Amino acid sequence: MACEQWHSKLDAYVDGELDLAEANTMGAHLRACSACAAEVLERVQMKRSVETAGKRYVASSELRNRIAKSVATKPRRKSAALWTILAVPAISVLIVSVAVNFYVGRENERRQRVFSELADLHVAALASAAPVDVVSTDRHTVKPWFQGRIPFGFNLPELQGSEFTLLGGRVTYLAQTPGAHLIYQVRKHEVSVFIFQDRGEEPASLASGPVHIVSFNVENWTQNGLRYFVVGDVSADVIQALSKLLRDAQ
Amino acid sequence: MKVPEEPVSAATFEELAMPLFDQLYNFARWLTQDTAEAEDLVQETYAKALRGFSSFQAGTNFRAWMYRILRNSFLSSRTGLKSTVAIDGEADESLLPAETTTPESILIQHADREQVRQALADLPVPFREILLLCEVEEMSYQEIAETIAIPMGTVMSRLSRARKALRNLLRTNQGGRHGL
Repeated sequence: MACEQWHSKLDAYVDGELDLAEANTMGAHLRACSACAAEVLERVQMKRSVETAGKRYVASSELRNRIAKSVATKPRRKSAALWTILAVPAISVLIVSVAVNFYVGRENERRQRVFSELADLHVAALASAAPVDVVSTDRHTVKPWFQGRIPFGFNLPELQGSEFTLLGGRVTYLAQTPGAHLIYQVRKHEVSVFIFQDRGEEPASLASGPVHIVSFNVENWTQNGLRYFVVGDVSADVIQALSKLLRDAQ
Repeated sequence: MKVPEEPVSAATFEELAMPLFDQLYNFARWLTQDTAEAEDLVQETYAKALRGFSSFQAGTNFRAWMYRILRNSFLSSRTGLKSTVAIDGEADESLLPAETTTPESILIQHADREQVRQALADLPVPFREILLLCEVEEMSYQEIAETIAIPMGTVMSRLSRARKALRNLLRTNQGGRHGL
């Protein structure tokens, strides 16, 4: 009878659709219940056999070529290119003069927005039942976990002899950009480290340096094409110490 | 289980759509059960998608969008219209035999690839397509819901019923063959 509550979730479990906490509870149940474990095994085998049986048909190269040709991006017309060459400098001068006035004000506003969002991500992660998706204090476990989940790689510092402990990591998004979110612990405080690709646009294009928002201290910098943010409700010195470790590891 | 989406604004239709060609064809071939029809369907899908690309909302799921176009084109085709009979019958729970809770790993192990293919081909279209989207295309429930335009709850129940139906077909076929 106790298995009934699990039974309805078996499909979601084998499809990887349960959240981390539920999947862990299910995993514990499966170790104790051979009937449910057998059901899971059967479902996994069924998934695999459908997967292999379903990958069956290959299109002719003729069809591929025909379609590729029909959707090919057309090259730009020459006259348009010439117009661009003449007009761009003139318009640029105009735009730059207007933009400079705007820029200073906008930049502050942008910084505030990005940092507030990072602070939100930090708090939301800590408030979650499963703050991290890869739970490990070992940088050699956490770093490879991100492979294939985010479009870049990074190094994590050796923490022996420091006051920091790595708790784990998760994939996060800022302005539709995927990045790594690592959580470190220092004297019962959690500090978030966010890493994104520096694409020359938000959030990467912000000015580097320490910032204080509400109760959070933030440090951010660019290194090897990546943008790093360190966020936490600890003193600026602690944030700087973790930032230095991260910088030195790259 | 989230798959990071490419920022769509910068990419052209060609860059986004051509990598999906092989899987779209496989899906089309499974739906139509016919090579010539599958080719027409894929071609029609690309033509429609290219025309409608400006209306595609950046930041939403491009793959699900392409599959949805393919699927809608199929359903409005001659073969597809016939298959809607099976979709209308979805609410009818009596369509399928009751669930058996006996683990049948041995049965599945012994079902060879050809038997599974045959059983898949014999399934009604709504069951066949949801199994292909889930197992072959490895779509999340969310993506499947977007592709077929049904709520998440229906994705789960239909998937569960599709699996039962496939299991039953395999059992019937094997039973006939081996006298089980």
